[in-house]
Amino acid sequence: MVFDLLSWFCLIAGGLTGIIGAVGIHRFPDFYSRTHAVGVTDTLSATLILLGLAFQAGLSLASFKLGLVFILLFLSSPTASHALVKAAVHGGLKPLLESDISEKKS
Amino acid sequence: MPNLILRVVSKILIPPIIIFALYVQFHGDFGPGGGFQAGVIFSAAFILYALVFGLDAAENVISTSVLRFLASLGVLIYAGVGIATVFLGGNYLEYTVLASTQVAGQHLGILLVELGVGITVFSVMLLIFFTFAAKGRA
Repeated sequence: MVFDLLSWFCLIAGGLTGIIGAVGIHRFPDFYSRTHAVGVTDTLSATLILLGLAFQAGLSLASFKLGLVFILLFLSSPTASHALVKAAVHGGLKPLLESDISEKKS
Repeated sequence: MPNLILRVVSKILIPPIIIFALYVQFHGDFGPGGGFQAGVIFSAAFILYALVFGLDAAENVISTSVLRFLASLGVLIYAGVGIATVFLGGNYLEYTVLASTQVAGQHLGILLVELGVGITVFSVMLLIFFTFAAKGRA
């Protein structure tokens, strides 16, 4: 029962962080802040969903495999964001600064 | 050193990718997986290495001539299993005649055939990647 509640809490929180990341990628103004929004929430959302599923599975081979998936995502997802942003910097994309936004408004 | 994060992370990730490819390869007759998927995952490890450390380093690890040999070796294993079953008195690729019992024969046959498929898919994927990647060098 306790594990069921914990599992549902983790699953719902993971889903919510995923949705927040999706909203962020649509509403933020430039490439870097969009990548930031989804790069941060993506790892957390995947971790929470995997944790919730591991609570459902209990101590078994399935939760061990979920742990392996977690290690893969934990390493690869931030690295992918890093490589993406580094490629953008290398390609000469300038971040949107506060002065740019206020100029646009006026 | 440029791309330090990519180098460190890919060094950590490449061995598990190869082990996972072998798991998909040899677990393919009990669960999801098989030669095609395993070959692609196996070559993905090498392609990741080539993307991060450069084409020359990857060709030092496994050269195109070895890959050509492996690509034909896989087909040879596949066809060889079929010919072997014909010589043992069955039809082409009739695995049941390979071992003493039917189940053991099918097990052995599918394992060998999938191994051939895996080797060929792995080497052909890498050959395609090397061919396209070397176009910019010349």
